[in-house]
Amino acid sequence: MSFVIGLQCRECGQEYPQAPLHVCENCFGPLEIQYDYEGIKKSISREKIASRDRNLWRYRELLPIDGEPRAGLYSGYTPLVRAHRLGDALGVKEFYVKDDSVNHPSFSYKDRVVSVAISKAMEFGFKTVSCASTGNLANSVAAHAAKAGLDCYVFIPDGLEQGKIIGSAIYGPKTVAIKGNYDDVNRLCSEIGDKYGWAFVNVNLRPYYSEGAKTHGFEVVEQLGWKLPQHIVVASAGGTILPKLAKGFKELIKVGLAEDTGCKIYSAQAAGCAPIINALHKGTDLVSPVKPNTIASSIAIGNPAGGYYVIQAVRESGGWGESVTDEEILDGIKLLARTEGIFTEPAGGTEVAVTKKLIEQGRIPRHESIVISITGNGYKTLEAVAKSVERPYTINATLQNFDELFHQLEPNAGVKALAS
Amino acid sequence: MSVRVRVPTPLRKFTNGADEVAAQGGNVKALVDDLEKTYPGIKDRICDETGKVRRFVNVYVNGDDIRFLQNLETALKEGDNISIVPAIAGGH
Repeated sequence: MSFVIGLQCRECGQEYPQAPLHVCENCFGPLEIQYDYEGIKKSISREKIASRDRNLWRYRELLPIDGEPRAGLYSGYTPLVRAHRLGDALGVKEFYVKDDSVNHPSFSYKDRVVSVAISKAMEFGFKTVSCASTGNLANSVAAHAAKAGLDCYVFIPDGLEQGKIIGSAIYGPKTVAIKGNYDDVNRLCSEIGDKYGWAFVNVNLRPYYSEGAKTHGFEVVEQLGWKLPQHIVVASAGGTILPKLAKGFKELIKVGLAEDTGCKIYSAQAAGCAPIINALHKGTDLVSPVKPNTIASSIAIGNPAGGYYVIQAVRESGGWGESVTDEEILDGIKLLARTEGIFTEPAGGTEVAVTKKLIEQGRIPRHESIVISITGNGYKTLEAVAKSVERPYTINATLQNFDELFHQLEPNAGVKALAS
Repeated sequence: MSVRVRVPTPLRKFTNGADEVAAQGGNVKALVDDLEKTYPGIKDRICDETGKVRRFVNVYVNGDDIRFLQNLETALKEGDNISIVPAIAGGH
């Protein structure tokens, strides 16, 4: 059964019945799903959730579908890794990595939002699903559309990493590369969605789609034994996930699944595209758009629609935010890989580097629990790190050649082990 | 001098359903005033009570966000293409 009441404008409060509608007709404000939280509180329990399959639908009372889920039956419930070695490297006591780089089926947090959007698109009876994307979202929409048997168009900026282009194309959608950046793609898609009547997951289905992001936070809390982390760091691009983490935490408290112990939320951006951090640091909530220039292409959104809400949520939680250079981002990727064996994309490297910076600044205390939300996979963006990792040593297939190499690499090591 | 304006779905009830209309104006501010003359009520939806473009409305001139240009003072010339687009969209 569904606990959805309808849609409501976040700005002016205007209410609407459920429909594929994303902006308020009065003030263009974003529409949010309204739920019957009293009803949910009576129906949901930790035990009930624990008895369900390990996917994002285990929190279905807090998700906006009416019938049975039709997509994403294997998505979500990604590992919360207790990151001792990264914690040691950063000099903190209790450190976790919420690892959506291994989300099913397309290796990013987007599998959460798309699962909800595609289920909803099918409930509304759409036959074609689509999205504007910097890559990860397109991969996810194309994969879920294939599984659901829906027609699919994906729109991306030209010049994306090969892995992300092929990572959509393999599922057989029509891929359209737009000459321009993500903001150009987004603008065009708003107009195409209007004209063609398709389910654009991040345009006209946005109120449903964005609710899926809450499940990232739900899982963190469940995996910590139904406790909120004291600090959580997440990258901000369009501004979906961070406000939804905040909303999700509040919902868990409201329906009695977790206690309100407070969780400070921190936004991470690349210095080459930091409109939200700029505004946060200036003390304004007016996000001035920028032209992106960073290797972190998946978060290179210069005109973030949800930027205002990111700033609100960060401030309300008592958190903060930082931006880091491309060089720091690459170091962040390597640090996570070399301490925890997790290979993330530049967006994840941004989170690691920003977390390091915030700890060094004393913004995040060293003795409290910290979670970083790794939202994407490094195998899709090999180009970004190709130049900053060691090249293989090429030798002939002789033991003598290897002995020589080993001696160069480890001048102080004995060769005894080799002989035994 | 005439420019073309792309109208988003939420504003089409003012334009009798038209998704594109012609309008006049030497800059974006004058254009909005001209739209208001032809389609009374439309200005209130685009601009807030102080006359600034609303937080969740993006206006583009030939594909460029007017916030990168001169905002409402952005000059227009014959044949320019204007898009009014709800800001709330996107993911990545």
